[in-house]
Order: sequence, then structure tokens, then C-alpha cells
Amino acid sequence: MPDKNSDLIRLDYKVILEMIENKSRVLDLGCGDGHLLQLLKNKKSCSVTGIEIDEKEIYKCVEKGISVSHDDIDSSLSDFGDKRFDYIILNESLQQVLNPKNVILESLRISKKVIVGIPNFCYFMARFQIFFQGRVPVTKELPYQWFDTPNLRFLSLKDFINFCKANNIKILDKVGISNNKIVHVKRNFFANLGIFLLEK
Amino acid sequence: MRSINENSVGFVETKFYSCCEPPNELILSSGEKLGPITIAYETYGTLNKDKSNAILIFHALTGDAHAAGFHKGDNKPGWWDNMIGPNKAFDTEKYFIICSNVIGSCKGSTGPSSIDPKTKKPYGLSFPIVTINDMVATQKKLIDHLGIKKLLSTAGGSMGGMQALSWSVLFPEYLDSAIIIATNTIHTPQQIAFHEVARQAIKADPDWQNGDYYGKSIPARGLAVARMMGHITYMSDKSMQEKFGRRLQNKEKLGYDFSSDFEIENYLKHRGDSFVQRFDANSWLYLSKALDYFDLSEGKKLSDVFSRSLLKFLVISFTSDWLYPPYQTKQIVKALKVNEIDVSNIEIDASYGHDSFLVETEDQSRLIEHFLKRVTKEQ
Repeated sequence: MPDKNSDLIRLDYKVILEMIENKSRVLDLGCGDGHLLQLLKNKKSCSVTGIEIDEKEIYKCVEKGISVSHDDIDSSLSDFGDKRFDYIILNESLQQVLNPKNVILESLRISKKVIVGIPNFCYFMARFQIFFQGRVPVTKELPYQWFDTPNLRFLSLKDFINFCKANNIKILDKVGISNNKIVHVKRNFFANLGIFLLEK
Repeated sequence: MRSINENSVGFVETKFYSCCEPPNELILSSGEKLGPITIAYETYGTLNKDKSNAILIFHALTGDAHAAGFHKGDNKPGWWDNMIGPNKAFDTEKYFIICSNVIGSCKGSTGPSSIDPKTKKPYGLSFPIVTINDMVATQKKLIDHLGIKKLLSTAGGSMGGMQALSWSVLFPEYLDSAIIIATNTIHTPQQIAFHEVARQAIKADPDWQNGDYYGKSIPARGLAVARMMGHITYMSDKSMQEKFGRRLQNKEKLGYDFSSDFEIENYLKHRGDSFVQRFDANSWLYLSKALDYFDLSEGKKLSDVFSRSLLKFLVISFTSDWLYPPYQTKQIVKALKVNEIDVSNIEIDASYGHDSFLVETEDQSRLIEHFLKRVTKEQ
């Protein structure tokens, strides 16, 4: 049955919700205020938990009834046993961790599947800014100036695909998003966000 | 007297429960027996029909059963009054709150200052050493006596947090959840060291008389120093700086003698002296020992002591707590995660040191209120 509120859900959340099966065990790395986990708990009957570094967000998660760990992603994955989760979500948080390769590989160890959402640093608006303006891109999707960005890594969707190949990670599904629409062609050019479903 | 507003549980009385009459004494961790045992406790709110809304609160080293509301004639409320009451974190409109005094204490439960029925004199040092697990064993008897089959939650900070941990390991099937605040699973050498200095101060007081001072003059000096020592570890560098700085007490300039100069000196002295009026030196020795003996895993791997369960945990620590620093509290979270137990944890940015759990109640309230709502819903 179509959900009349589903139009209010962010498109990247919708894409992630569709990738996840009902009643899965899900860990969201960098879960923010816990909204995505709440959707998974309520709409997909998932058992959910999150890791978040920002104290303010922890209160919001607890208020939503979501269990959450106040921790940084880089150092907190080693506590979990192998294939402890069905899905790990890294939605726009991978570019902020210190050691992304380790985080991906650890995630694939403790979870059957991993969903990664990354902002595409080489989508056309960013390319235009670099090419024509000679500036490091600052766009709606990449809103930060060089001096205040939380992002430690800058990559394109193509870079990520190459990374997966080099590390024998299977990409089961990939979705490009631009301006709240799904991008079907030339994702690395048109999409400002790529969402990948991974397995190892 | 402070006016009793609508957020207070109002006037309360301490109740008493007796158990472990010989020959059914409690067998303590040491192997010794203790009985009869009296447990002082208070309750707030109403136990619902299916007895599913009970929450057991644990006090810290020098605390007591009087967690909320007012005793007749007192102008100060219970020690966690800002957390317990109508529409507070532990909402007495919804939950039935129980707080009992630990054995070994001097606040109504059986301890070294109680009368030994065999000798008709205070136990003194003939009182057996009790542990956190022993305290928990008596609380379990109280809960059974109240007819409660399962607690909705348990909660405590510092020594109270250790009791909550001990409950979750000894009686996981009698709980739905646990709230663990500013504590550790094991007493470290540094924590033992602070206690030993305080115990030495008590024992060095000539009035201590090997614990046999009841009815005579009490080892006030030694106990006051012990309290001063403890109080330093409960504060933080920052909170002392903010509260006292290097301000002088009743002086314009340094005295160049050994009378006290600084406000902090007077404050500690005042804290020590007022503590002596309300706490028994022997109880301090016994309870500090119970803390020092605490080792939840008893030499095993910490992750091995928790069994997989549906228990839900909320684990809280404070950035400025250097007595039980956040990294120690986080060991609990690690062990729970390994066992796939549902846990939320937070390190609250607070400047009051270890005492934050008693003082910084606003953030804790937000967390506990919603955590309890969720536990109730998923019961």
C-alpha cells in the first residue's frame, strides 16, 4: 500500500529503504538525529542502532527511541563480531572518517551488506566551478568552504567504483541522485550523490 | 522550609524490611553469614496492577534511601529529588520508584553501627565485610518481598552504577533495562589508592579505637579528612577554578602562617565537618572496601560476564569525571556490544567532575525520560 507520507521522505532515504529487506539488523554509521533508523524501525520492522559523534544528536536519537552509541566511526567497529548485522549504512559519512578503507572493510566484515552514500565531487556543477571559475567547488550539495568542511576525503563515483574493484568488493546495486531525482545515465557527471549496495 | 511544589513527591517516610533471621542468614561473598538484616527503603509513585512499572534506584557511597521528597521537619529534599517526581525523568505518575539503603551503611540498613543481637552492642569491626554483590542480594530480597517479579529498570551513579551492573549480571531475568552512570566495572589501583588514604586518615585518629568508639567520642578528625579527600575526587579542576579560584577567605592578603588562607580550604573543612555529623566512620571504611573489592568480571574477560539478553542499557559518563573517567565507562559498552545487547551510551559534556551525575540533571533527564518510555513500550 503506498504510504501517503512517503513523498516527504528524502530521496536518498527512500533509495536506502528500498535496498533494505524487512526485519533486518541495521547499523547506521554517523546516524545523525536517527531519522533514517526510525524509518527503518517503523516501516521495515528492522532492529536498528547507530553510531554518532555529535552529543546533540544523541539526545535526538534517544528521544526517537533509537539506541545509539556516542562514538567515532573509526575506532568503534572492532567491538562487533563477524556478520553481526545484515546492513551497515554509511550515508554521507564515509568522506568524514579518518581511515575510509578500513571502515569499509571492517563494515563488510561485521555486516552482510553495506550501503554507502557518497557526495560526488565530480558532478557537473563542481566540474564547471573548477573549470570556469578556477575555484574549489561550493555548491548546494557540497556547501562547505575549504576551511570549514567536515569532509576529509573528496572523491567521485568513479573513484569509488575503482576502489571497490581494487578491493574485490561486489557492487550489487548503484543509484545516482541529483536534485531529488534519480539519475539513470552518466551518473559520475550528473549525480551529486551516489548510493552503492556492497557485498564482499 | 522550601515550598513543596507540584513537581515534588511531597512528604515521604523511610520504611524498613527485615530478613535473614538466623538460621537463614545471608551468606556473604566472604563466606561469612549476616543476619538478621534490616533494609531501610523508600518508595515513590504507585505500583501498577501487574507490577510492571517498578524501578530500583541505587545510591552512591554516602547516600541513603531518601532519594526524593521531604522528610517531615527537613528543609532539604532527597539526594536525587531533581530526577524523581511527577513529570520528572523518573516520573512518579508513571513509575513506582524504590530506593533502599545498602547494607554496611549507617542510614537505617544493617551496618557496623547497628546493634549485634548476639552481644547487644554495636558490631563495630566484628561486622563482616560486605561487597556490592552482597548489597544486591539483599535488594533482591526486598524486591521479592514487594512482590515484584521483574523490574522495569534499575539506575544508579558511581557506587550505584556498580550495583546496577551487578544486578544485570546476577539477575538479568529480573530486569528489562539498566541505567549505568559515571561508574566502572572494576576498581582501579588509582581508585583504591584514594580510598586507602582516606581509610588511613580514619584509622590514624586516636578516637577511632579500632572501630570501638560508639558511645564515646567519634573519630571526627579522621573522618573529616577522609571526606575532604573524597570530595576533591568528586569535583574537577575546572569546577574548583570556577567556584573558588584562588580567592582568600575573610582576608585581604595572604596570612603567612598556617591558618587557612583560601576559600577552597575552608570549603573542604566545612564539607568534612558537616559530613562527620551525618555519617559513621566505620561505615565509610566498610563501603570504601566494598567499592575496592568490586570487579564485575572477577578476573574473567568482561565480555564473558554478560550473557546475551533482551536487556536494554543506557550508559552515561561525563567528560570532566576523572574519578570514573568516560573511557572506563565505555568498557561496559564494548562488552555489551560484543554480546549483541541493546545499548545506548553518551559522554555528556559537563564540568562538575564526578559529581555531575548529581548536579547536571537536565541532560540526564532528557535521556532517561525517553529511554524509560521506550523500555515501557517494548516491554
